[in-house]
Amino acid sequence: MVEFNWVTALLGGVLIGISATLLLAFNGRIAGISGMVNGAITFKPQETWRWVFLFGMVLGGGLYEYALAPQPTPLSSFVPGAMILGGLLVGIGTRIGTGCTSGHGVCGLGRLSPRSLMAVITFLSTAMVTVFVIRHVVAI
Amino acid sequence: MNLKQLGMALLAGVLFGLGLGLSQMVDRDRVLGFLDVAGTWDPTLLFVLGGAVGVTIISFRFVLRLSHPLLSPSFYLPTAQQVDLPLILGATLFGVGWGIGGYCPGPGIVALVLGIWNPLLFLGAFIVGSLMGKAVLGQLQGKT
Repeated sequence: MVEFNWVTALLGGVLIGISATLLLAFNGRIAGISGMVNGAITFKPQETWRWVFLFGMVLGGGLYEYALAPQPTPLSSFVPGAMILGGLLVGIGTRIGTGCTSGHGVCGLGRLSPRSLMAVITFLSTAMVTVFVIRHVVAI
Repeated sequence: MNLKQLGMALLAGVLFGLGLGLSQMVDRDRVLGFLDVAGTWDPTLLFVLGGAVGVTIISFRFVLRLSHPLLSPSFYLPTAQQVDLPLILGATLFGVGWGIGGYCPGPGIVALVLGIWNPLLFLGAFIVGSLMGKAVLGQLQGKT
C-alpha cells in the first residue's frame, strides 16, 4: 500500500467540502450521494441534475486518475461476494437511514444535525466492528 | 432546472470526484485500512472527513443565512429531526455493508473510472438494495 499522505487526504476532503458548499449555496441541494442515486434512478425530468452531478463525479475522478495522479490507484482484488453483500446492505441501509458518508457525514455534520451525528457515530462503529470481526475474529 | 443550475451541478460533481480521487478514497483497501482499528490503522479517511466537514461546518453557517440559494427559489433540506429507529437501523446496516465491501456510495461510483469489476458489482447491488429499502419503507408507512 502507498504511504498515508495527510496533505492529499486533507486537500481532497476540502474539495469535497467546497463541492457541497457550492451545491447548497447555488442550487439549495444537499450533496448526499446515496440520495443523489436514489433521485436519479426515478428518471423523473426534474431529477436530471442528479445525473449531471453523478456524471461530473466520474469525470472528476477520471481527470484525477488519468491526468493528475502521480501514480495509478492500486487496484483491489476482485471480491464478488463482498461487493454483492456489501452493496445490498449499503443500499438498504442508506435508504432506510436516509443518507451515507456524504449526506450525513459531510453535509449533515456541517448543518449541525443531531440525526446525522447519530447516524455517523452508528455507521462508523458498525463498520469498524464488521471489519474487526472479518479480519481478526473470523480471519478471512 | 435551468442551464445555470445544471452547470453548477456538473462543477460540484467534478470537484467531488476530484476530491475522492485525490484523497485515495476510491481505493477500498485504504478505506478498509481506516476501518481496521486493530490492524495497521490508516488515518486517511479521518483527514478526508475532517477536511470536508471543516469546510461545511463553517461555510454552511453563511450559506443557510441566505434568504434563498443563489440560483434557486428555496433550499431543499431534510425535514426529519427525530433520532428514530429507522435512522439507527439504517445506519447500522449501512455500516455493516461498508465494512464488508469497503465502498460507500461516493467512492463506489468514482471507482468506476478504475475499469475494474468491483465497483460495478457494488453499484448494481447498491441499487437493488436501495429499491428493497424503499419497498420496506413503503410497507412501514402503509401500516402506520
